[in-house]
Amino acid sequence: MSADGVDLKKRRMLTAATSVVGAIGAGYVVYPFLAAWAPSERAKAAGAPVEADISKLESGQMLRVKWRGKPVWIVHRTEENLKDLSALEGTLADPKSELPQQPGYCQNPTRSIKEKYLVAVGICTHLGCSPTYRPDVGAADLGGDAWRGGFSCPCHGSKFDLAGRVYAGAPAPSNLEIPPHQYLSDTLILVSEDGGAA
Amino acid sequence: MNAMKNFVGWIDDRFPLTKVWNEHLAEYYAPKNFNFWYFFGSLAMLVLVIQILTGVWLAMSYKPDAELAFGSVEFIMRDVDWGWLIRYMHSTGASAFFVVVYLHMFRGLMYGSYRKPRELLWIIGVLVYLAMMATAFMGYLLPWGQMSYWGAQVIVNLFSAVPWIGPELGVWIRGDYVISDATLNRFFALHFLLPFILVALVFVHIVALHKVGSNNPDGIEIKKGPKGNRWSDSAPADGIPFHPYYSVKDIAGVAGFLFLFSVVVFFAPEMGGFFIEHPNFEPANPLKTPEHIAPVWYFTPFYAILRAVPSIAGSAFPAVVAMFASILIMFFLPWLDRSPVKSIRYKGALYKTMLWLFVIDFIVLGYLGVKPIADHYKLMAQIGTIYYFAFFLLMPIYSKMDKTKPVPERVTK
Repeated sequence: MSADGVDLKKRRMLTAATSVVGAIGAGYVVYPFLAAWAPSERAKAAGAPVEADISKLESGQMLRVKWRGKPVWIVHRTEENLKDLSALEGTLADPKSELPQQPGYCQNPTRSIKEKYLVAVGICTHLGCSPTYRPDVGAADLGGDAWRGGFSCPCHGSKFDLAGRVYAGAPAPSNLEIPPHQYLSDTLILVSEDGGAA
Repeated sequence: MNAMKNFVGWIDDRFPLTKVWNEHLAEYYAPKNFNFWYFFGSLAMLVLVIQILTGVWLAMSYKPDAELAFGSVEFIMRDVDWGWLIRYMHSTGASAFFVVVYLHMFRGLMYGSYRKPRELLWIIGVLVYLAMMATAFMGYLLPWGQMSYWGAQVIVNLFSAVPWIGPELGVWIRGDYVISDATLNRFFALHFLLPFILVALVFVHIVALHKVGSNNPDGIEIKKGPKGNRWSDSAPADGIPFHPYYSVKDIAGVAGFLFLFSVVVFFAPEMGGFFIEHPNFEPANPLKTPEHIAPVWYFTPFYAILRAVPSIAGSAFPAVVAMFASILIMFFLPWLDRSPVKSIRYKGALYKTMLWLFVIDFIVLGYLGVKPIADHYKLMAQIGTIYYFAFFLLMPIYSKMDKTKPVPERVTK
């Protein structure tokens, strides 16, 4: 093939322009494939509020409910537990709950609306396992006398106190999340993003 | 006979059948001194075929639905004729694949099979290994047992630990805010797709191998040695045709492998909880993590590295980086080894010590990865992690310092 009379500059320009247009087109085609991996409309709508009846929850007991596919714990803390919470502050990473891991109305020493009841998302802030409820004060495997009851994560050993606050030095970077919730009555809790009905 | 010749001739005019046969089998000259360690490449291909075959058969009865998945696996085990055999072949095959590939990689480490001119061959091999890990991880979610669920939860959350984009990335991978039906369904689709990508990568691996020629236990380039053997005057003197010499040798390896494989499939398919973990006999429960969770054995060395690195500045990201780095560092191996010789046979005591300590370290890390959290284990895992990286990062220094032995002109026995 002879190259006589061929404008190579123009040819290169046309090749480049065609490639760019083609690449943009390919980008448009790729987008729906990537976007299809995002949560579906149904998954996004599934954050339905959930109600929990705590009338039968005895002191020291825990109740689990499922909210948005995650465990939400409701723990009835004892008087002694509440006293321990303030004594533990020196050993915790964020004792004052400064990180935004709770709604404003729970940024208090017990991280709750009512002192007695802890409502927390039971998912470790490290890698998402659900910590085990360990109310047994003084448990030998969790540090003996220093253990004042709380939660211990089976995956990577993070420890939390009974307000869901993480112990300093644990792999988990922050306190457990407190979900938005409200009391519909003395014994009925509604866990819900926007305060809607269950 | 003449009809056969005509038929092959007819094909050869249209497809390079005889040419491919000769180039890759009958006239592909491999070094004559292959030993036991050279079984594992062909065995890995055998296991890949077993996995694809049994996997497709399992997919005929399996239901990728969070409500039905666990039950459908039990259905395969109890109600499908021979379903238990096909499923145990598949679950044992997953572990066997990693056993064989780890031995294959160790062979490469010993004989310097990653050195020039085989750098790209090694890199393609690491890609094969990565694709295998992704396939195995996604496959492990499918039975939808407790370990499936929580294992996937932890691994997907590794991506959520990436600063800034992490949380959205995790949601995008799961297709939901938690591991759910959407995750299971897409992992099934990807678990079906990836093996075919694996086949393509293995094909490229072999194309690269046949371009540069096989290494051997002496680490000598037979193509650079004298020419002429009893099949061809231009072939390397130390080479023998792959077929029939190594094809027959590999069949002996296959027989030995299938013997051991069958022992596991028939007598110990769970392998004491190492091949199929006990919590996986319970259906997935998003509200409760099992008392003790650990990945399957072939991931545990990397899991131990993950757990050994503490959170820094309130972020688990450094640990995640360390874990991925421990795998990705393998890509750089061809340029880290500065020894004048390839094979362990001619390397000195220093390199040999480092390599054997690395093997012990890898096994110890694997052991620590299945153990529950405890302070003394954590310290051991930290020492093990430091040695793991030191083996690679200090290699340019110790491989150069090492006192090597003279390499012979021709391959030895």
